[in-house]
Amino acid sequence: MSIALEGFTHLIPFAAGHEIIRQGKRDLTLIRMTPDLIYDQMIGAGCARRVVFSWGGNPGVGSLHRFRDAVENGWPHPIEVEEHTHAGMANRYVAGASGLPFAVMRGYEGTDLAANTRGVARIACPFTGEPVAAVSALTPDVGVIHAQRADRRGNVHLWGITGVQREVVLSSKSSIVTVEEIVDELDLGLGGQVIPAMAIDAISEVPGGARPSYALGFYHRDNQAYVDWDSIGRDRKSFDRWLNESVMTAK
Amino acid sequence: MSESWTPDEMMTVAAARRLVDGMSVFVGIGLPSVAANLARRLHAPALTLIYESGPIGSKPTQLPLSIGDGELASTADAVVSIPEIFNYWLQAGRIDLGYLGAAQIDRMANLNTTMVGDSYERPRVRLPGAGGAPEIASYCKEVTVVMKHAKRAFVEKVDFVTTVGFGSGNGDRARYGLTGAGPTTVITDLGVLESDGESELELSAIHPGVTIEQIRNVTQWPLKTKADLDESLPPTGEELLALRTLTHGTAPS
Repeated sequence: MSIALEGFTHLIPFAAGHEIIRQGKRDLTLIRMTPDLIYDQMIGAGCARRVVFSWGGNPGVGSLHRFRDAVENGWPHPIEVEEHTHAGMANRYVAGASGLPFAVMRGYEGTDLAANTRGVARIACPFTGEPVAAVSALTPDVGVIHAQRADRRGNVHLWGITGVQREVVLSSKSSIVTVEEIVDELDLGLGGQVIPAMAIDAISEVPGGARPSYALGFYHRDNQAYVDWDSIGRDRKSFDRWLNESVMTAK
Repeated sequence: MSESWTPDEMMTVAAARRLVDGMSVFVGIGLPSVAANLARRLHAPALTLIYESGPIGSKPTQLPLSIGDGELASTADAVVSIPEIFNYWLQAGRIDLGYLGAAQIDRMANLNTTMVGDSYERPRVRLPGAGGAPEIASYCKEVTVVMKHAKRAFVEKVDFVTTVGFGSGNGDRARYGLTGAGPTTVITDLGVLESDGESELELSAIHPGVTIEQIRNVTQWPLKTKADLDESLPPTGEELLALRTLTHGTAPS
């Protein structure tokens, strides 16, 4: 099964990811532009068989040590990686959301990514012959995002940095949204975007569901938690302790 | 009487000086973000800062820790989606300058942020990966690389080409369809390397107190020196005060 939890630094669905860990899901293809702490945790917990991504670091801090341990040492088991560029991943979601088999973009030519990554091909523009890159569509089985609000009819409203959330919802076969709060009426004066209810399969109210990332208008990014993760994630024992205390036995 | 300063401060100040007021800059996190925000506080208040998370025209009051910090969005002129920032703004060639770092750079300015070792499947060190770097280096009008000068980083040939600099030269950029000039300037804590966009990087300036020998010792290829080698001006008191004020605290949240 393939699953995409999106949210570009902002609105990362941590609570949903932790629930996936608690349910003991295994052999997942984890898709996400920036694996961030959430996929580091899911990889360390043994959920992943394959990771499809474009930038796997701890932003402003350093490495994702559980991700590195899996790739470099096969711990807790070996994983496959499929590495794209940010623009490649974004366009793959756009193709999936559009019902197209691939997207057209400029890029990859001359890099070693092209030879080591599935789903990239060189094609010629049918009108001018100009070479461009084709990247295969992403169509995850399940797309998961976190948003600030939903109304009672199931329309989802997010504002601030909106990343690729709309695209992941529309490209996935089914979609789950966690929100800070469910309200009677959305306040569209806040800007951002609304994903209409017809595109969404399930909504769950989870206040704080994006911590330690942030939800604009609700809480700030816990930068210290990202800094602290470096030492927690660096060591297998300290990670296991964290996993037990903060995820497995948490309500 | 000049104040004392560190090589890192010299590097950041030298990078900030490259920015011309009114430019649009695609900013990565870390040193590039420090340099761009320093320039905005000094000689280039009208810089348009663009972050890959979608904010255009951010005016952060504190240095962000990540490229998606809340203040980048709340102080921006506009916040667009990720497909839009990469397709409409970057790929379409609207952005003047991109700033990049890397774990490895080679004499043709090709960059590696993917892995160190012989095997892609089982690397010795797995690095974060491509992110936005390949497209930033391809479609910004020009690119400046900012990184510390170390022997393991300045290599004859990168272990993995994540981002094309000049390929193998000989018109590779045009052949690959890369519309920008590429990473023509590399600023380090010891000096500045430059290229015309076709041929290998050459030393064009050294920072005060640094010798050519010292730079060659931490560069794995036989580094050529430009005939008109410059010496960088040391950081001014004003530059140092602004930089130290800026880096004193990263945004708490």
